[in-house]
Amino acid sequence: MLGLPRGRAQVPDWRGFVSSRASAPRDPRLARFFAAGVPAPETPIAETPLVALDMETTGLDARRNSIVSIGLVPFTLERIGLTGRRYWIVRPRRPLSAKSVTFHHITHADIAQAPELDDILGELLEALAGRLAVVHYRHIERPFLDVAVKARLGEGVMFPVIDTMSLEARIHRQSLLARFKRWMGRPPASIRLYDSRERYGLPPYQGHHALTDALATAELLQAQIAHHYSPEIPIGAIWS
Amino acid sequence: MDVELLEIRQHLGRFPPFDTLTDELLDEVASQVEVAYFKAGKEILSLDQELHELCYIRSGAVEVYRRGGELYNRLGEGDIFGQFSLLRNRRVRYPAKAMEDTLIYFIPEAVFRHLCEADEDFADFVELLRPRLESAVEEQKKNNDMMITRVRKLLTRYPVMVEASTTVQEAARLITDYQASAVLVLDKPGDNPRYTFRDSEDRGWQVRGILTDSDFRTKVVAGGLSPDTPVGEVVADRVIAVQSDESVHEAMLCMLRHNIHHLPVMHRRRPVGIVHLSDIIRYETQSSLYLVSNIYHQPSVEGLAKLAPDVSGAFVRMVEEGADSRMVGSALSTIARSFTRRLLELAEESLGPPPVPYCFMALGSMARNEQSIVTDQDNALVLSDDFDPAEHDAYFRELAKFVSDGLDACGYPYCKGDIMATNDQWRQPLAVWKRYFMEWIEAPSPERLLHSSIFFDLDAVYGENVLVEQLQDLVAEQAARHPLFLAAMARNALNRTPPLGFFRTFVMEKDGKHNNSINLKRRGTAPMVDLIRVHALACGSNAQNSFDRLDDIDRTQLLAPGVSDRLRYALEFLSMSRIRHQVIDIEHDHPPDNNIEPENVSSSERHNLKDAFQALSHAQKFLKFRYPMPSRTK
Repeated sequence: MLGLPRGRAQVPDWRGFVSSRASAPRDPRLARFFAAGVPAPETPIAETPLVALDMETTGLDARRNSIVSIGLVPFTLERIGLTGRRYWIVRPRRPLSAKSVTFHHITHADIAQAPELDDILGELLEALAGRLAVVHYRHIERPFLDVAVKARLGEGVMFPVIDTMSLEARIHRQSLLARFKRWMGRPPASIRLYDSRERYGLPPYQGHHALTDALATAELLQAQIAHHYSPEIPIGAIWS
Repeated sequence: MDVELLEIRQHLGRFPPFDTLTDELLDEVASQVEVAYFKAGKEILSLDQELHELCYIRSGAVEVYRRGGELYNRLGEGDIFGQFSLLRNRRVRYPAKAMEDTLIYFIPEAVFRHLCEADEDFADFVELLRPRLESAVEEQKKNNDMMITRVRKLLTRYPVMVEASTTVQEAARLITDYQASAVLVLDKPGDNPRYTFRDSEDRGWQVRGILTDSDFRTKVVAGGLSPDTPVGEVVADRVIAVQSDESVHEAMLCMLRHNIHHLPVMHRRRPVGIVHLSDIIRYETQSSLYLVSNIYHQPSVEGLAKLAPDVSGAFVRMVEEGADSRMVGSALSTIARSFTRRLLELAEESLGPPPVPYCFMALGSMARNEQSIVTDQDNALVLSDDFDPAEHDAYFRELAKFVSDGLDACGYPYCKGDIMATNDQWRQPLAVWKRYFMEWIEAPSPERLLHSSIFFDLDAVYGENVLVEQLQDLVAEQAARHPLFLAAMARNALNRTPPLGFFRTFVMEKDGKHNNSINLKRRGTAPMVDLIRVHALACGSNAQNSFDRLDDIDRTQLLAPGVSDRLRYALEFLSMSRIRHQVIDIEHDHPPDNNIEPENVSSSERHNLKDAFQALSHAQKFLKFRYPMPSRTK
């Protein structure tokens, strides 16, 4: 069991931020999203409605690259229910590079049929509303969505997330044992999604499909909590 | 929304009972699944908890327990659990715990019910309609054409029938006129109601016997009988016949068993035709029949030995044609008996006729008509009580040696336990044999009986059958009266126990230990045969074949209703598994054995084997309870 992270004092006051935004937005879709609010930081993880979110993008830079597909699976610590899953392919504003085509298995033909992000934004925000998002590597989903929404609606969207990658880093890179291993010259454990899953005995999945990756992330969080935390841990201690 | 959850769908699609579902049903399952992760050691289902989902292991391993806490099963990737509870009161009967870090797919009850309704195989698998083992055995039978073809299909016309008073000359003329090869001989209704019928003019008749082409040669001409002799005086006074709705295979086995070429076919008690060997051969070429008739035509031991490879050929063909374990066991026993008989004929040719009557006795699987392709010889000689050792034993020692060496040359190796007629102890007159049996029965102990249980499967092969029949009768009469004997036999029947089941590429024992392979005879068929024998002895059965013994047991109240059927299905499935794996061995040019390796066992076969092991295990528990060791303090 790991303690709370040390030296990470500035966890943002997500609740205050989200509720302050609830009255501000002019777009009704955003207004509904913020009105649903964020669970209190002292809520135990076991009682929090969660949603695993994954996006495939044309690159890593939110300002220059676009979202190609979005997958999400609502879940709780106890169960991941696939009936609530959602998956969209969206038409990017910039053309797909050949490289990202091979990476995501999404072709130009798929894209040509796909809706604009604008068209599905309402559904997406509705699926996220009132749930705590869980991602693997928070520097993709949140900034890409923020930039995309800002570009279309003139105002951004920010919300708390649990980042399974940073939880994995705490366990495998920042723990005493991990630091000791590093001093001994051992390579650090890989904290990529599928390497992390392997450590918990989770099966390998065909990666880089937004829905599969969302499911993989949800399973990883269940495993991390089962191994390293208590179901009672307040979400405020692990979100970022 | 038509999202394909390929990961889930593909995984489910690789494992039974999902592997045979239609794509639509599989999509339905995959889209409704709920997933949960369980750390090693965590409980997944607790006893008596309410359950509304079927559990499917996506990865990891799960241990399932009985109510009392003992290990019930260990399951791995692709296995399901919870179906028993779903099908009954939706309360968990067998609690489950993650043995390794495990990912479970939960399939909602509504989906489960829909699958059961929409897919019969799925329902069979989860035991909704009937026990899985039963359906597996029935499934094996369904695929076989020869088995469902009734013997009446081979009949082309009514039999030629004559009265017993007809002269042989007249009968021969009729046969020629009708271009037949045999006549049925009828008489006034007499002592045998089984073959008594009324003709279209309401006259009563009884079938006395059959007179064939060759009878005219061997009995009439060679016997120097006058053409005026009534056929009634020539015909053998016995009828071997089959019912018209028996399978062709049954008819064939009947011919094999009795070594006859003409078989009257009856509809109830009325003869409707005669099937000739060639009719069946035409219908089913390449059969063990060729082999048997070939055996009887060999002039020497060398000739017989050359036929040994044909035995495994006939065996493989039979299994591929879908024969069940009884057919295979019966055919292989018939083949072995034919080798033995021919060897005895050859021995008598070279040694001269026997000085006193004798009967060559088969023991063990051959006596039960359950012979396997992997077998050694177990035999003995029962001699007439006129036997005088000083005068006669040299002859019978020679005879026994000739047969035993011959059988070894024909692929039936010497018995390691020296249960062979070559052993002086097992070449004795009837009176001595009776004493042996009475000693085993009246003064039994598990130790003494340990190596003697094989003598309680006994059958005549050649010679004066009545000598062995007297021993069979003695056993049937005496065994049931001696509880101590039954208890000792029961004790020995518990020496070999089945494993719990399979886990990944291992055989799993009841204490949770793993093995790489399993001897299906030692751990399955043999203990099953042992326990059926004890029950059969207890109810005074004269039968030797395990299935026949179960029929006899059924006529008593010994076993609860339904139990003997479970044993039947379990024995059939265990035997067929063993047979199938022997066929696999032969097809890969390995010497066949009784071992099966778990990696060669398909997923559904594993489930069925587990059920069979369980049926055996339950039956052994009952055996212990039913035949307790009486306390020695009297």
